[in-house]
Amino acid sequence: MLEVRSISKSFGGLAAVSEATLTVPQGKIISLIGPNGAGKTTLFALISGFLKPDQGSVTFNGLGITNQRPHRICQQGLVRTFQVVKPFANLTVRENIAVAAHTRIAKRALALDKAAEVAARVGLEGALEQSAGALTIAGRKRLELARALATEPKLLLLDEVMAGLNATEIHEIVDIIRSIRDAGVTIFLIEHVMQAVMSLSDYTYVLNHGAMIADGEPRAVTSSPQVIEAYLGHGAAERIAAMAGKFDA
Amino acid sequence: MSDRARLMGWLILIAVLAIAPLFITSGRWIGFLEMTLFIAVLGQGWNILGGYGGQYSFGHAVFFGTGAYIQALLQFKFGWSPWITLWFAVSGAALVGAFVGYLSFRYGLKGSYFALITLAFAEAFHVLSRSFPSITEGGRGVQLALNQDPVQAISTFQFNFAGPFLKAYGFYYTIFAILLLTYWVTWWMERSRFGAQLVAIRENEDAAEALGINTFRVKMGAICLSAAVTASAGVYYVQKYLFIEPGIAYGPTKSVEALFAAIIGGVGTVLGPLLGSFFIHGVGEIAKEIIGPVFGDRPGVDLILFGLILIFVLAFVPRGLAGLLEALWKRKVGGRNA
Amino acid sequence: MELFGIHIPSYGWQTVLGSAISGVFLGSIYALVALGLTLIYGVLHIINFAHGALLMLAMYAVFYLWNSLGIDPYVAMLIVVPGGFLFGYVLQRSVISKASHGRDEIILLVTLGIAIVIENAALFFFSATERSVRVPYDLDGFDLGVTFVVYPELAALGGSLLITLALWLFMSRTDTGKAIRAVAKERQGARLVGINVDHIFAVSFGIGTACVAAAASLLVPTYAVHPQIGYLFVLIAFTVVVLGGMGSFVGALVGGFLIGITEQLGRLYMGESLGVITISVIFILVLLFRPTGLFGQRSG
Repeated sequence: MLEVRSISKSFGGLAAVSEATLTVPQGKIISLIGPNGAGKTTLFALISGFLKPDQGSVTFNGLGITNQRPHRICQQGLVRTFQVVKPFANLTVRENIAVAAHTRIAKRALALDKAAEVAARVGLEGALEQSAGALTIAGRKRLELARALATEPKLLLLDEVMAGLNATEIHEIVDIIRSIRDAGVTIFLIEHVMQAVMSLSDYTYVLNHGAMIADGEPRAVTSSPQVIEAYLGHGAAERIAAMAGKFDA
Repeated sequence: MSDRARLMGWLILIAVLAIAPLFITSGRWIGFLEMTLFIAVLGQGWNILGGYGGQYSFGHAVFFGTGAYIQALLQFKFGWSPWITLWFAVSGAALVGAFVGYLSFRYGLKGSYFALITLAFAEAFHVLSRSFPSITEGGRGVQLALNQDPVQAISTFQFNFAGPFLKAYGFYYTIFAILLLTYWVTWWMERSRFGAQLVAIRENEDAAEALGINTFRVKMGAICLSAAVTASAGVYYVQKYLFIEPGIAYGPTKSVEALFAAIIGGVGTVLGPLLGSFFIHGVGEIAKEIIGPVFGDRPGVDLILFGLILIFVLAFVPRGLAGLLEALWKRKVGGRNA
Repeated sequence: MELFGIHIPSYGWQTVLGSAISGVFLGSIYALVALGLTLIYGVLHIINFAHGALLMLAMYAVFYLWNSLGIDPYVAMLIVVPGGFLFGYVLQRSVISKASHGRDEIILLVTLGIAIVIENAALFFFSATERSVRVPYDLDGFDLGVTFVVYPELAALGGSLLITLALWLFMSRTDTGKAIRAVAKERQGARLVGINVDHIFAVSFGIGTACVAAAASLLVPTYAVHPQIGYLFVLIAFTVVVLGGMGSFVGALVGGFLIGITEQLGRLYMGESLGVITISVIFILVLLFRPTGLFGQRSG
């Protein structure tokens, strides 16, 4: 469904993303992990049209979308959420979602109705008339998700949708994400919460210093020495292996 | 506040505004109402782009002045009927809106930078209108011929020499009609898909873009609509005063009054500019009554007050008078339900 | 020569040079006014719309000091500059910071409100009549061949350069200057190391106003004062700051001279009326194509 080929982006000499390549097949949940500052959000921005790549290409459903503007890409079915959530603070939850619904629906009344439906899918049905600015962080994350859903996407890019949530909230959102996939939406998510990555994703990509360093089944990838070193530093894999050896003996 | 309650409130307000002047015989107070409604229309024009769209313009006079000049010049130079020239005035201003909008939005100007560039455009038009007397009559200004034939009052859109009713109330009902039309357009916009997208852009442009809104196109639509509404006030001005010159058309006064009314009254609401205009003009009248006898009839008093009120509102009442009313209504309704 | 139907006269190089030189003198004043504005922006990230009104107020102060007490405008600098500093300090501390809530358009509007209050208070108290100061030396000067330079113009250039130098020294050598630069660069960090950021904000605003007061002293011998003069200067000051780069001292200087020269040449070639459009045009072009200006920081 999504093909990213050799995408690169530099800012004033610093390479934020270098020659990243990945594929997201239809109907799957794919995850993108990596230490902070690895360039994951930048990659999302490149895919969704918020940044223009210096080189490389992005193909969505066979169509090249590389230099399109974000709203065009959204209209074609690829929508992203933001790591730092961006609610329409002075509007109600329902109005927030309705704006997104308007991408597919012209009539105001219908959009507002659709908003209520989508809100129910993420568990926000009780907060419809609340001001978005008054929501808790968990509420805002759900709102971010609901808005994206209201655009009837084929591919959903979720950027750290679980950041700031407690264990219960994470559990709930994992279920919601699974139900979204079951409804036919392909999902590509950036996540730090490893249990979620493990339990949700079919395949994982690992980014470090802007470059892809590994990809594969989540379990295999997270136990690869290279990936461990990316997160914990040089030599960490050996130290861990050595410690494990000590306990074995 | 439910839409039904809002609509009821508006109908009452409209009825009052429609009938009240008939009970007023003092020309001064009719003039006061005319001026207030005039600024209310000007303010609504600003409100569409600034209040709903979040793009604060400091040079809205550029639209007022263009509308006024086109209205005046087509009559002055070609003798066209004012009822025809007004269409050109409004669309001409919309074109200027498209021009300013295209440049500003294409190059991503927002916030204070957008405010400043609109100021620069207003100044540029000011200088241009002063420098090409062959086209605009320059600093001399455009003086339209006064129609003294009561029979021609409506066709020349001038009521100074008309039958008794039109003479007293013609201009009032003109600006009232313009108010009704432009406010109805704003009311409709608020409830449309376009309005929802515009407000989303104001709240968070990136998120709006990510959710499929063509932010450039929506902003362009907003600035053109805003320009057209503002120009309608310019059309009224020319018909009422039969005179326009560069300072009046493109000077800072109109730009500032437009944003005063909208911000003090409540940005992003239909009622805001009307409330704001009534409030500041009312305060202005009171101030003149009080200060007049002490200091004489010196200019500047009302604007000092407007400036102070603006600062006060920005600091303590960011939602303006309309926001206050909304809060009071909620408390009343909530109290009954409790 | 005809361009867009406008007749463009041709002048000898002496006339052009003469115009350019008078542009340099004019530009030095623009630079001084812009210096205050760019300092305020660089530290507080405020686009101070009241800057022009403050200039006008200072000019009235200089006028009345001359009119009532017979104090020479240049000597009056010793009074208005500290006075301007105090006024700016109090204004920022008690009004602007309280009313602003952070959003940059709101701050712009607050300063607009202040500008309107000041301008109309001036209109109310001083009336719209132009006030002029006559000093015995305001028509004396010396002949450069291509143009005649009057002493006030020379004083303006000298004064502006001196004040810019003084300001630069202040910013780089004194503790307060360093604190200001720290706050400009990294607000939170400065707070963490114990700098009283609110005080620094007010000091910076005060210095900006003091610059404007100094410019007022230098302007009064050649410009008549009236309540609207602030509005005229505001647009020019903004253009200089945007052209030179927000927050850059060098930019304010270079920008000031460039604008001064361009305006004079514009007047020469396009006439008094149309000539000033060069300012608006430059402003628009810079905002569209190079908003960071010549020397400003590139963001992002």
